[in-house]
Amino acid sequence: MTMFEAILLTIITASTPLLIGAIGQLVCERSGVLNLGMEGMMIMGAACGFAAAILSGNSYVGVLAAILAGMAMSLIFAILTLGLAANQVASGLALSIFGLGLSGVIGAPFVGAKRDQMAKLDLPVLTDIPVIGKALFGQDPFVYASFALVIGVWWFLARTKAGLVVRACGENHASAHALGYPVLKIRLLAILFGGGCAGLAGAYLSLVYTPFWSPGMTAGRGWIALAIVVFASWRPWRVLAGAYLFGGITILQLHAQGAGVKIPSQFMAALPYLVTILVLVIIMSRRGGQQTAPASLGTPFVPDR
Amino acid sequence: MLPAPPLIQAKAIVKRFGALMANDHVDLSVAGREVHALLGENGAGKSTLVKMLYGLLQPTEGTLLWQGAPFSMRNPAEARQRGIGMVFQHFSLFDALTVAENVALALDGHEPVTTVSERLAEVSRAYGLPLEPGREVWRLSVGERQRIEIVRCLMQSPRLLILDEPTSVLTPQECEGLFATLERVKAEGCAVLYISHKLEEVRRICESATILRHGKVVGSCDPRQESAASLAEMMVGSKVAPARHDRLTVAGEVRLAVNGLSLPSPDPHGPSLRDVGLELRAGEVFGIAGVAGNGQDELFAALSGEMLAEAAGTIRIDGAAAGRLGINARRLMGGAFVPEERLGHATAPAFRLSDNALASGHATNSFVRRGMIDRSATRAWVDHVVKAFDVRKGPRDPEAKTLSGGNLQKFIVGREILRNPRLLIVSQPTWGVDAGAASLIRQALIDLSRSGAAVLVISQDLDELFEIADRMAVIFHGRLSAPLDTEGLRRETVGLLMGGAGFAADTVDEAA
Repeated sequence: MTMFEAILLTIITASTPLLIGAIGQLVCERSGVLNLGMEGMMIMGAACGFAAAILSGNSYVGVLAAILAGMAMSLIFAILTLGLAANQVASGLALSIFGLGLSGVIGAPFVGAKRDQMAKLDLPVLTDIPVIGKALFGQDPFVYASFALVIGVWWFLARTKAGLVVRACGENHASAHALGYPVLKIRLLAILFGGGCAGLAGAYLSLVYTPFWSPGMTAGRGWIALAIVVFASWRPWRVLAGAYLFGGITILQLHAQGAGVKIPSQFMAALPYLVTILVLVIIMSRRGGQQTAPASLGTPFVPDR
Repeated sequence: MLPAPPLIQAKAIVKRFGALMANDHVDLSVAGREVHALLGENGAGKSTLVKMLYGLLQPTEGTLLWQGAPFSMRNPAEARQRGIGMVFQHFSLFDALTVAENVALALDGHEPVTTVSERLAEVSRAYGLPLEPGREVWRLSVGERQRIEIVRCLMQSPRLLILDEPTSVLTPQECEGLFATLERVKAEGCAVLYISHKLEEVRRICESATILRHGKVVGSCDPRQESAASLAEMMVGSKVAPARHDRLTVAGEVRLAVNGLSLPSPDPHGPSLRDVGLELRAGEVFGIAGVAGNGQDELFAALSGEMLAEAAGTIRIDGAAAGRLGINARRLMGGAFVPEERLGHATAPAFRLSDNALASGHATNSFVRRGMIDRSATRAWVDHVVKAFDVRKGPRDPEAKTLSGGNLQKFIVGREILRNPRLLIVSQPTWGVDAGAASLIRQALIDLSRSGAAVLVISQDLDELFEIADRMAVIFHGRLSAPLDTEGLRRETVGLLMGGAGFAADTVDEAA
């Protein structure tokens, strides 16, 4: 494996969890719900996924457990914000803190346990393409899933009636209700999808990225995924670009540090954040200040009966 | 043979919201091919009733009949399947979505947006209601937005079309267009339920009327046989006196002079003010007419000092440059300001009235001593306003949000007028206020002007401006027309200006 291939491979592995988490959150936010519990849902996915994989000896069981854990966490959030119309920001923050704590408890018996990285899924023929073949087509199933998610979410939101209804709920929940759409039910499904994706992103961390469990191992990736959604102005393809930009610079600055570039390491470590914000702010400002956030984002909806 | 049963009938409908009885044994019956008016003041229960007819709310008691057979609807989709369409008062549109997407959302089934676009173009051409399917809604005028709502109902070949206060946001010419459409819809065999409190138009287009007051049916009639005054009396329950209005004899000195005021709107979709000029004299009521969203909010913000002008000299109060002064400085020069939104702008909803009095009067009334609030002074002031303006409320000093719209508006207008301002700027003074409160507020505005103050009224209600204003100008896409004397002024003239005729061509171009 050449140096280039190795770098490309690590960029993909660094970007994939951000991408999976962010694309789920995008759907949730397009329906009008701001779930800041991302970090908590992600780490619960990591803990439960790893635990289930160890206990069952099967990585796929782990993945399934992670998705269910993320959805269960998001269900708590949904009960608070949809059922009780609680403040979304406060509930989301609470969910993040709760998830970090609970995952520590669940993961405690598994600290130090180790599993092999999940098997790669080589696509025959395509992997033989020189230079990029191995990196792009010899990946684990998560990477393929992440791209499928981006395409699927884009297609769903832009092309299907159901996707239009989700966007309508996020733009103006009162009008959506007046037209007879079940706003709370639609938002519940969007929240669960966001939770499932967050759990899946967590599973990637504990089953592929670093195939062991350590408390707090998401290390703020949930927050980064949230920020990517905002800076990508709620568009699937820009989420893809944002996630890879962030992942790419994270890896490149590590290599630059390894190569002995004379720039303070603290600055290098801050670089991915700076560049991602800068690039996406430039993209946003080029749209002429047009409003991009879903208009009902973060506001609770209480139908009158 | 028995006569055909009515198309839709409501029998003894009751709707309760907690302790509030919004509809109290209401009976309503609309025949096929009939244009039926539902009349009533704000808060009479009209909107509640039609929401039940559209499946948005469920009646607490009572039955609905469709062509004589009882039925119930769990949601608007079922209403649409039955052939009931509704045009909402506050449009149920999505600003960021395109016209076609908005229409697709109201159609049941999974028709792709592209075929919806084609059908939409067809229907809008057939009815003479031009619409561009690919445009985003926020780019459209209010009249065009209403067209979307109407076209999307027509696309489902309705049997009954419900319109909730459809003309409250239209220019007189746009109203004519709407009436022509309704004629056509009726000729095609559709019944219309027309909700309004505008009596003249009801008399013109409706064949029968049901009148609601405080949630109860108080009468039904053929509006063509009634006079506007008799309808108003049924609606309000007592005679409503039009505001007493002496002709203005001598206008005083210039109190407020605006010259070459241009200001970008803070709202990315809002119109910027462009080269606005006007002179407001002591002793007169000056009206600003215009369709909503043409720069009224921006003009109010610029005149009140919520938004500062670029040059101090563009706004002068009593000759002194005030364009760069904030709202307090303008208050100290004798200004008083009543914004459009009662809750959230004019008052803090969760604050008591006394705290709300302090919020606007802290610079001019002596409510604060050495940094401490003088509670007895603010409360005495509230009592004073409440007494002078007949504000009805429960406890002595309730929270603003517990007052009804009319009573809160009386408090807000009274709070400013009783400070004896030399200049009063008020936006939509009687929007959504019951007729009794509206007439009291209008009279207070006239009386204030006749006592020597200058009063500027920004209003979408042309009837109101014709009733109280001595002169008026029209705002369109951020530009203000030349002033017009109300006496002898024709409504058509104002209507044309509201639609943009007579404004510089670039104003119209930019809008298109």
